[in-house]
Amino acid sequence: MRDILEMIIVLSTICVMAAISLAKVYDLTKEPIASQRRLARLQMINGVLAPHDNEPDQSAVQIPLDTNDGKNRSVLVYRGFQNGKLTGVAFEMTALGYGGQIGVMIGLDPDGTIRGIEITSMNETPGLGAKITEPQFKEQFQGRSLVNARFKVKKDGGDFDQIAGATISPRAVVQAVREGLELYRKHKEAIVR
Amino acid sequence: MNLIRDLVNGIWKENPIFRIVLGMCSTLAITTQAQNAIGMGAAVTFVLICSNVLISSMRKLIPSKVRLAAFIVIVATFVTIVDLVMAAFFFKLHRALGIFIPLIVVNCIILGRAEAFASKNPVLNSLMDGIGMGVGYTLALLIVGSIRELLGSGSLFGLSVFGPGYIPFLVAILPPGAFIALGLLLGLMNKINQRLAL
Repeated sequence: MRDILEMIIVLSTICVMAAISLAKVYDLTKEPIASQRRLARLQMINGVLAPHDNEPDQSAVQIPLDTNDGKNRSVLVYRGFQNGKLTGVAFEMTALGYGGQIGVMIGLDPDGTIRGIEITSMNETPGLGAKITEPQFKEQFQGRSLVNARFKVKKDGGDFDQIAGATISPRAVVQAVREGLELYRKHKEAIVR
Repeated sequence: MNLIRDLVNGIWKENPIFRIVLGMCSTLAITTQAQNAIGMGAAVTFVLICSNVLISSMRKLIPSKVRLAAFIVIVATFVTIVDLVMAAFFFKLHRALGIFIPLIVVNCIILGRAEAFASKNPVLNSLMDGIGMGVGYTLALLIVGSIRELLGSGSLFGLSVFGPGYIPFLVAILPPGAFIALGLLLGLMNKINQRLAL
């Protein structure tokens, strides 16, 4: 009886101490973690957005995504303004690559021309699919739009270079960008208002 | 004298990676870059030192029947602290190491040292053991990580070594490269130890 009581007391004390110290650390790191996340996000956005003097994540609009699985999903469209005039938008689309979802931040001019893209998250094979993060690959999207380019990789009859040894990753990126452009075209009124 | 012995023990004689061959999961996974190795090594060393010291100082209070539960709670607490602090102040590193930081909880090295050393030895010796094991682990990761980064990316700590003309030996940074590099290093260590024993 005595040792059962001892076990309960010791283990409970340890757990309470653990909980208290974790609560304290969580409290101390909550703010820095949130600001680090925001900073990383803003860095991505600013990399593809036209010059602006506002904070794009403060003037974002939520646009519903067309989904066929019955779930309601939406995408946050960040907007850049210069002297109160819309200079561009940026938003993140995803597509299934070789190693899971690939996140692509797409920056557009108000007329729907691509200003730049940035890979926000990916888990592709190093040296092969992971080359989608290299400038050489990303730069080919600049200046393209639904009007002047076919959004497929060259292998599939489109205008975008695949990477030797890795077709799935570039295909996913191109698909994500195409869907992004179509989304923008469809909801332009709601975004640029 | 004993303190120094306990410190050096983890670096060579009982090196957690090369001699005891524990904690292979994270070792194989994160050693694609030398920088990851340092980050992971620092995280594990911190957890090892803290858990060793705390467990050693409480070793007479913890009833043996619930010792493993108590050890795991203590280890998990320190790992969560490392995870949060790293996310707050070393964001890039935290992203690169990803799931392998929380997984330190189940890293056999930590619980192994708690059970085999800290629960039986005084605080100061346990501190030395924690430092030694941590440094041994970090050095081992650094060696594997440097080799793989050098061959697989032609760089070291992200800085190009062989210049832009180098065609990377890709296998080195893919999962099989981890097994090959580690296997060869283990063989080399065994060979050296045989020589020393003669």
